[in-house]
Amino acid sequence: MTTPGDSAAEIWPLWEVFVRSNRGLSHVHVGSLHAPDETLAVRNARDLYTRRSEGVSVWVVPAAAITTSDPDAKGAFFESPAGKNYRHASYYSKSEGVKHL
Amino acid sequence: MTSTITPDTSATADISVEEQQFNDLIEADSRIEPRDWMPEGYRKSLVRQISQHAHSEIIGMQPESNWITRAPSLKRKAILMAKVQDEAGHGLYLYSAAQTLGATRDDMTDALIAGKARYSSIFNYPTPSWADMGSIGWLVDGAAICNQVPLCRASYGPYGRAMVRICKEESFHQRQGFEILLELMQGTDEQRQMAQDSVNRWYWPALMMFGPPDDDSPNSAQSMAWKIKRHSNDELRQRFVNMLVPQAAVLGVTLPDPDLHFNEQTQQWDLGVIDWTEFHEVLAGRGPNNAQRLQRRRDAHEDGAWVREAAAAYAMKQNARTQSARTEEMAAK
Repeated sequence: MTTPGDSAAEIWPLWEVFVRSNRGLSHVHVGSLHAPDETLAVRNARDLYTRRSEGVSVWVVPAAAITTSDPDAKGAFFESPAGKNYRHASYYSKSEGVKHL
Repeated sequence: MTSTITPDTSATADISVEEQQFNDLIEADSRIEPRDWMPEGYRKSLVRQISQHAHSEIIGMQPESNWITRAPSLKRKAILMAKVQDEAGHGLYLYSAAQTLGATRDDMTDALIAGKARYSSIFNYPTPSWADMGSIGWLVDGAAICNQVPLCRASYGPYGRAMVRICKEESFHQRQGFEILLELMQGTDEQRQMAQDSVNRWYWPALMMFGPPDDDSPNSAQSMAWKIKRHSNDELRQRFVNMLVPQAAVLGVTLPDPDLHFNEQTQQWDLGVIDWTEFHEVLAGRGPNNAQRLQRRRDAHEDGAWVREAAAAYAMKQNARTQSARTEEMAAK
């Protein structure tokens, strides 16, 4: 499935933009833009999404290159962790009061 | 028509599972995301609203860029350029949000240029004096903020997120406009006169930016049921006027409404009658600058065609080169 907006009807493809706000932090999706190629996509991303020092690094990815989970299968696809609360530290209550645990 | 407006969560028998999921998400005040199922009307309504909003930002660059070369100081010039660049950015955030709904950028641009799409009527008014840069920031951007802050919670995720970015940036716009007017009001008689004259011209059109009164706003009820809109036009207009009155006092300007008075009962400022014929005239294309604004946008688009085409051709050539290099590499192995 291609991302809406990235169709044959557009001269320039759509890119998704990710910005790292500071060293030590992950790149976070901030939005999308149009650009003819990756070099211009990076430049446009700088002009569009970092006009107020919002970032120290920018990633651009062609929107069509992103594969996502099927939204219709939402329930089933993410069902596995349900009922497995033993995966969380908070499940283990007997150690309450014991320090450094 | 009103009977179908509120999503009826009890009537599960005759609606699809997807529609039920959509209604549940809206009901729970959650967000709809691009790949979720949504009613065709919801999609259409959003594309209309978001693209009109984007067009407004793009056309909105014109009345202000008019003053970049004539700004009174280098500081003001730099600020104005930053502001106009922000408006372009806002337009692009919004076009991208509309594209997540399946609208294409080229179609939206074509609709604007062909005069088939609407944009905010406020940008069809002229900016004959420097004080208009102040009034646009204070009144026009002020009204826009009032309208847009609740849109940050719009039920469609990409629209809400775009609005969060826009609102952050708009507050600089409003303050710089207020400062321009304040400086003029502290200046010579002539400067004060210029500021007051500008406020007189922009006040009513700014109030019209909230749209027609509630009983004459065809799309409002449905938009509110879908939680795209959170407050009615009149409600937001009232909120705006309540904020303006004390600000006008700080500036020392008068608002050009002889009927404006404080209502002790409601604790609100009651305003005089808005001339809606003017609003409808401007919206219908008969405002002072409609033709000029559209022509300028059309020219810019046509003049820039070779740049877009050249960039696309270059990108295709580069792609082809990378492809053939890869094929050769594979063959060599």
